[in-house]
Amino acid sequence: MSVMAQERIEAPAWSARWLADRLGGVALHVAVIGLTIAWMVPTLGLFVSSFRHLTDISNTGWWTALSPPFNFTVENYSKVLAQNNLGTSFLNSIMITIPATIIPAALAAFAAYAFSWMKFWGRDILFLALVGLLAVPLQLTFIPVLKMFNSVGLSGTFLGIWLAHTGYGLPFAIYLLANFFRSLPTDLFESAEMDGASTLTVFFRIVLPLSVPAIASLVIFQFLWIWNDFLVALIYLGGTPPVAPMTVTVANLVNSLGSGYHLLTAAAFLSMIVPLIVFFSLQRFFVRGILAGSVKG
Amino acid sequence: MASVTYDHVVKRYTADLTVVKDFNVEIKDKEFMVLVGPSGCGKSTALRMLAGLETITEGQIRIGDRVVNNVAAKDRDIAMVFQSYALYPHMSVYDNMAFPLQMKKLPKAEIEKRVNNASRILGLDNFLQRKPRALSGGQRQRVALGRAIVRDPQVFLLDEPLSNLDAKLRGQTRIELQKLHNDLETTFIYVTHDQVEAMTMGDRIAIMNAGILQQVGTPDDIYDHPANLFVAGFIGTPTMSFVPVTLQNGTAKASGFEVKLPKHVESAKGTLGFRPEAVTDKPSEVATLDMKVDVVERLGSDQFLYGQVGSDTITARVDPRLKVEVGDQVKLGLDTRSLHLFDAETELALL
Repeated sequence: MSVMAQERIEAPAWSARWLADRLGGVALHVAVIGLTIAWMVPTLGLFVSSFRHLTDISNTGWWTALSPPFNFTVENYSKVLAQNNLGTSFLNSIMITIPATIIPAALAAFAAYAFSWMKFWGRDILFLALVGLLAVPLQLTFIPVLKMFNSVGLSGTFLGIWLAHTGYGLPFAIYLLANFFRSLPTDLFESAEMDGASTLTVFFRIVLPLSVPAIASLVIFQFLWIWNDFLVALIYLGGTPPVAPMTVTVANLVNSLGSGYHLLTAAAFLSMIVPLIVFFSLQRFFVRGILAGSVKG
Repeated sequence: MASVTYDHVVKRYTADLTVVKDFNVEIKDKEFMVLVGPSGCGKSTALRMLAGLETITEGQIRIGDRVVNNVAAKDRDIAMVFQSYALYPHMSVYDNMAFPLQMKKLPKAEIEKRVNNASRILGLDNFLQRKPRALSGGQRQRVALGRAIVRDPQVFLLDEPLSNLDAKLRGQTRIELQKLHNDLETTFIYVTHDQVEAMTMGDRIAIMNAGILQQVGTPDDIYDHPANLFVAGFIGTPTMSFVPVTLQNGTAKASGFEVKLPKHVESAKGTLGFRPEAVTDKPSEVATLDMKVDVVERLGSDQFLYGQVGSDTITARVDPRLKVEVGDQVKLGLDTRSLHLFDAETELALL
């Protein structure tokens, strides 16, 4: 980018070219800012609503609360937090998310290394099959997998949902990491081979340290997906309070008639806190991870 | 410290893709051998087979008396410097050099001794804690060398190690590598496409083309007695001039001149070759060339003229003080003591 900026020839002020350049820049900024705002509006609305009274929520739009007289309350939060199973479901979410992130990331790293740097029979076909799995809709697998889980007693257990998330996450994880590993220079591997490093040593001492950005971005993706997952948790764990994660508990706050909506807003916002912390603390890797492999160095 | 023998080595990828054909070379202990040839000639593949990075399709490679065909790369006791240097980007210079020793599970004190020794030889003492990205190209190249030195291998393999350096640094490093070779007293096998590197550094040179070994010999030997047309054209800058000639009664007749050959040759047609330094502004009683000058190249110490004699293109090296302009007609003398003649069909040297 910086090179392009340097190469651009400065046009004199107020010439047609200068005007076009400026307007182009303005249009770009308007578009980007506009899109960002459009994307943030629902979240903002949720945030504002979570501080409003039930009667206000059901009578007027959330934006009316932004003008005086201000009539905010923290009652929704105190009510939600007082519900005794919210703490449990927060712990449940963590219990589900952390192993279900680490297990597939670890397995995928090994598998991706094999796919990208080890020669074995049927490697390319297996990889192709794996990428093909990305196209299989999740819902297709629920009944057969649940039947199997029921027969071996895994449904309703954390182990079951860890396995389920591992299965669903692996194809993409392997695909992402294999592509990154493949972009590492061949000479490094040959040099390490001549230096006497075994396959495992190469993996732990060379591949992993060089792949931190890619692995970090994978971990963030997987973490966010599982934390926000509702369907898989509901199917394999059921909605009972001892095992239900945040998403399921929050959804249960609203009954079919829509009462409890004011609690939903506060609870939803509470459940967003962890993903936000994860994202902001690792976003440095996230940006680099998405670019990973596209540009060398 | 060991000799290396290529014994009828073949590398074949598919039935009709053979990149190294019947390669036979014996590299003596402590020798600096340069494998040189145009890109894609199989020189790197020959080196990589010795390194253990490519399998050997046919034949044998021996290090000393040991056949290494089925020995893993790490057990061949050789070290290689890659064209890209292949430094581990996340490790410090020290760790880069210590890595092969750690893999051998040497004691820590020994590793430190060897790394410090290598870094002293290469002048890397002040950079040991830096990462490769904080080094210049020349320093990175020295780290790559250091990683090879610490292992104290029997054979050093260098795959175009200077091609990523700028011209000035390349010249310096060429000299440093020769010194290093003298100090280490180890066999060096050096692959390059640059004939200047080959001429200046090699104790002996092996020239390859299209997977076939063309000639092995000392730089002087190859320069003065090229075995065939390819070698004659590949070694030496500017290139040797080649002129198609017909032969009759010991005289070679070209389109613009004729010259008496020093020796009788049993052939009717051939290609006459002579280097630029054989064509000078000194008059010759034997053969005079009338050249129409197309290009003049002044290098300070030399002046090269490129032009036409009859319908043939010829290069001459003349006194730099001689004033010549493009389009001039000049009279040049041909030194017939260093003539080369190649068979028109086989391209082999006849003189």
